[in-house]
Amino acid sequence: MTDNKGPRMDKPWREVQRGGIVVESGNSVAYITGTWRTLRPLRDMEQCTQCLICWIMCPDSAITVEDGKVAEFDYDHCKGCGICMERCPVNIREPHSHTGELGKVIQMVSESTFVDENE
Amino acid sequence: MVASQFMPLDGANAVSQAMRQINPDVVAAYPITPQTAVVQNFSQYVADGIVDTEFVPVESEHAAMSACVGASAAGARVMTATSANGLALMWEVLYIASGLRLPIVMTVVNRALSSPLNIHCDHSDSMGARDSGWLQFYAESGQEAYDNTIKSLRIAESKDLLLPVMSCQDGFITGHGVERVGLLPDEAVREFVGSYEPELSLLDTDNPITVGAWDFTDHYFEHKRQQTEVMNASMALIESVCQEYEQLSERPQPILDCYGMDDAEYAIIVLSSTAGTTRSLVREMRAEGKKVGVLKPRLFRPFPATQIVDCIKNCKAVAVMDRAISFGAHKGMGPLFTDITSALYVAGECDLPVVNYIYGLGGRDTTPPMIATVFEDLEKVAATGDRGDLVRYVGLRG
Repeated sequence: MTDNKGPRMDKPWREVQRGGIVVESGNSVAYITGTWRTLRPLRDMEQCTQCLICWIMCPDSAITVEDGKVAEFDYDHCKGCGICMERCPVNIREPHSHTGELGKVIQMVSESTFVDENE
Repeated sequence: MVASQFMPLDGANAVSQAMRQINPDVVAAYPITPQTAVVQNFSQYVADGIVDTEFVPVESEHAAMSACVGASAAGARVMTATSANGLALMWEVLYIASGLRLPIVMTVVNRALSSPLNIHCDHSDSMGARDSGWLQFYAESGQEAYDNTIKSLRIAESKDLLLPVMSCQDGFITGHGVERVGLLPDEAVREFVGSYEPELSLLDTDNPITVGAWDFTDHYFEHKRQQTEVMNASMALIESVCQEYEQLSERPQPILDCYGMDDAEYAIIVLSSTAGTTRSLVREMRAEGKKVGVLKPRLFRPFPATQIVDCIKNCKAVAVMDRAISFGAHKGMGPLFTDITSALYVAGECDLPVVNYIYGLGGRDTTPPMIATVFEDLEKVAATGDRGDLVRYVGLRG
């Protein structure tokens, strides 16, 4: 994360960049859009076939890949559009590890009811 | 000071000459009466190789202003021109130009807005754009249109401002009326406007920028405060450029053009060409011993509020003449009147009787006898203490 390059929420009006022109390239990574999300995508890692279609289709580059495999969702930037779930081609055989439902490897749950089991 | 060469030019051609001398990098424009002559003459200079300008003949005024925004963001010196419905079609892009702080200079040859269809002069086009974040000059003559164009460029591109400027003149009356216009030598104009060195530009690939990016609830408000404050603080800069140009040209370049105002008891405030008609009447009336005066603001945005109040506060009665209606404003008053009455109120000058006259819509001729009736009305207002109708109409069939 490039905190020093991102939009500065503490800048008074005299100091913001004229005309809203962005003078630091690549600073959208510091702009946290994950707070817009109402639906959270959840992946069943055990049943994922690593086809990477979700990574290709994600419009916000919010699916991180490590060593050629999908690792996790970047929830700081995922807006919860659901395209990953929609385009996921895999119908799971066992109930989903998070939702307990059949269906896709990636499933969407409401942020209002989501409980992070790791916390 | 340098000597001007005098030529018989209409107001539109006077602006084309100023554009030729400025030699902007890009002109993107679409023809509309009565602006057409500005761009038609200028496109001839392009075709003849007299200027280096990239001329972009676009498919509409929306495209014209969009191309101007793109070129200006790329770092070019950009000019254009329009009228009436063309200005209306530019609408959303006007705000983009000012919001991005792009110093585009545009001539507006004022014309009535449809409907009903009318190609002649009034100020409803540019007055509608008064809140769009552009500075606005209004010219009485072809000479002023020429001078304002050159000054506008210097003001717009000032690093302390960086805002677009509209330089307005009256359609047909000024735009097509041939007058004696003094042109500065080409070199003097080029030296006065200098070269444009943008601090930020899209073509500066060593310092990449993004222009027109998403500006959310957390930043837009700060940008708008910055934009309004830069406009609020711009008067000193405008005055200094006007003074510099005055010294160069030896032509007076006041923000407020006052005639007879030192001791005027009755005054008319009016923009553009009708100020000339009013001045000729005021000259005759003063020769007869009447203490009358005329005040012509050459600048409307930013509004020279304190200067106008200082100029009129000792009058007995004042008429503000508007060549536009602010439909739905109190009594349908005009935009100049609302600003002047507001300026008087905040200055605590609440006892001065001020009346509004709507005149000249759709090119209706406004003659000295019509203006004489306004002065007669003002004498009655002062004598009786009864302001009567707040908004009146002059030159309208009753």
